[in-house]
Amino acid sequence: MLGKLWIRNAARHPLRTALTLVAVGVAILAFGLLGTLVEAWHAGVSAASANRLVVRHGISLTFSLPIAYRERIRTVEAVRAITHMTWFGGYFRERKNFFANFAVEAHSFFDLYPEYRLSEEERLAFLRDRRGCVIGRGLAERFGWRIGDAVPLQGTIYPGVWTFTVRGIYSGRDRGTDEKQFFFHWDLLNERLKERMPPRANRVGIFVIEVHRAEEAPEAAIAVDALFRSSPAETRTETERAFQMGFVSMSAAILSAIRVVSLVIVVILLAVVSNTMIMSVRERMREYAVLRTLGFGPRFLAALIGGESLALCAAGGVLGTAALYPALALLERGFGAYFPAVAPPAETLLLGGLACLGVGALAAAVPIRAVLATPIVAALGRVG
Amino acid sequence: MNPDAEAPVLVELEGVRKSFRRGGETLPVLEGLSLRVRRGEFFALMGPSGSGKSTLLHLIAGLDRPDAGAIRVGGVEITALSEAELTAWRARRVGFVFQFYHLIPVLTALENVELPLLLTGLDRRRRRAHAELALELVGLADRRGHTPARLSGGQQQRVAIARAIVTDPPLVVADEPTGDLDRSSAGEILDLLEGLCTNLGKTILLVTHDPRAARRAHTVRALDKGVLTDAREALDPQCR
Repeated sequence: MLGKLWIRNAARHPLRTALTLVAVGVAILAFGLLGTLVEAWHAGVSAASANRLVVRHGISLTFSLPIAYRERIRTVEAVRAITHMTWFGGYFRERKNFFANFAVEAHSFFDLYPEYRLSEEERLAFLRDRRGCVIGRGLAERFGWRIGDAVPLQGTIYPGVWTFTVRGIYSGRDRGTDEKQFFFHWDLLNERLKERMPPRANRVGIFVIEVHRAEEAPEAAIAVDALFRSSPAETRTETERAFQMGFVSMSAAILSAIRVVSLVIVVILLAVVSNTMIMSVRERMREYAVLRTLGFGPRFLAALIGGESLALCAAGGVLGTAALYPALALLERGFGAYFPAVAPPAETLLLGGLACLGVGALAAAVPIRAVLATPIVAALGRVG
Repeated sequence: MNPDAEAPVLVELEGVRKSFRRGGETLPVLEGLSLRVRRGEFFALMGPSGSGKSTLLHLIAGLDRPDAGAIRVGGVEITALSEAELTAWRARRVGFVFQFYHLIPVLTALENVELPLLLTGLDRRRRRAHAELALELVGLADRRGHTPARLSGGQQQRVAIARAIVTDPPLVVADEPTGDLDRSSAGEILDLLEGLCTNLGKTILLVTHDPRAARRAHTVRALDKGVLTDAREALDPQCR
């Protein structure tokens, strides 16, 4: 009977119920999107390897390091392998077609990044072609690029149009791996710079080193930085995780704002559902008085009102969660270049569910209290 | 007309006082009222609006509490019961019929009648059987699937009567049950209430303005300014 009453009471004002469901659904959708966004922000940190260290300029990431550092870093005992990456900052045709693109040391790069899976055939093709590039599967899908396609990139930091040939398409080892990056030969970049801007030649953005064991990382970092102390380009060496965390920290204020907005969404949700429940219960005050007259106690009434509120929130929550997946797919289409593909984190889904239940319970609390506090005779509306 | 004079007393009030506060002022409604209603009696209470007759009915039915005095129903001192005990007592011992029926609009006639049985511990099949029997008693078995909106006023009141008797309580209280009905429907409802009393032995406590309704009762009392008087003789002879 309780179930019947929940459903039929909720259906008494179809428009009001529908609007409340939409409001709850949209709120949970927004909550889920924001939670997923924060997760995506941390994706680089999650995907970082414990064995890899990043060596960058001691002052800032915007300063480059001499390529000559490579051989000196290699002398540190704990270093097993080394490669380097330089941010190119180009875009395809229009600025909106932005994606991460790097000039890399082609021979060593994919050895240090096994999470970028590339067939041996494609790797060799890339090594053989100095104008070749390797792109992520997501990027290939976004622009419809295939092996052998010529891709012109408009340089920003390095002016001019740079045309590359797609020689390989990598796929990620796991879901968190960014499949929207573009890698090409640093040698090509360096060659051009030697011709056009000699002072900028023979320099790289960062070195990435791999140590034999993760425990050796702190000592290796100290040893590398010690090599260049008091030099014109001092280094700062840190684990890849710490390096990625640095990017996230730069956005800490934005992330905090997102978390605050998530909280505000829950408060708005509470206000919307509370309003619906208060209106509904006020209209049915006499019916609740009749139930109390018939002998139904506070527990039944709490279950009747609370159940309806919870059912409303749960249904809205399911709607919002169901809409989250297509919404993320749409977002990925629009902003995929900035974030790797990330599924809604279990923590966000759980929090969304708990928010629904919490809001359902809280929204029912005031009306339940009002029903129980009103004398039966007063609620029946007749005092003789 | 009078019920068995030897029948035991079902409802007994002694020195009951009740007042209400309105805008900082205390309005006395019942001042030391005493009353006895025997088991199986059809008792009508009349009086002008605001005389306190509904208040008296609410006190006897355990919907409200007196400021002073004692109320015993079926030997139970209901003024001494806790709120939870009083709620449980109402479920077992009193059936209610209201002027405006007060059926739950989202439930069918059968479900409305079944509602009080949820508190009895009967299984679903038995609840259904009891509810159907109660609907048959009021002549609405063929309308069991109708919601109140699809029933006339008289039919809704008959469903309300079925709901009031489905748990077989000894006392049925009816607050202006014919006040919202046309003459013909009102007659049917009064027939039903009379039948409950004579055929099923229910004690009926009826609050009414209508002399036609009051004339069906064994005992008619008028309440005015907190005092009860015998009103049978004062009823319009044409209505008797």
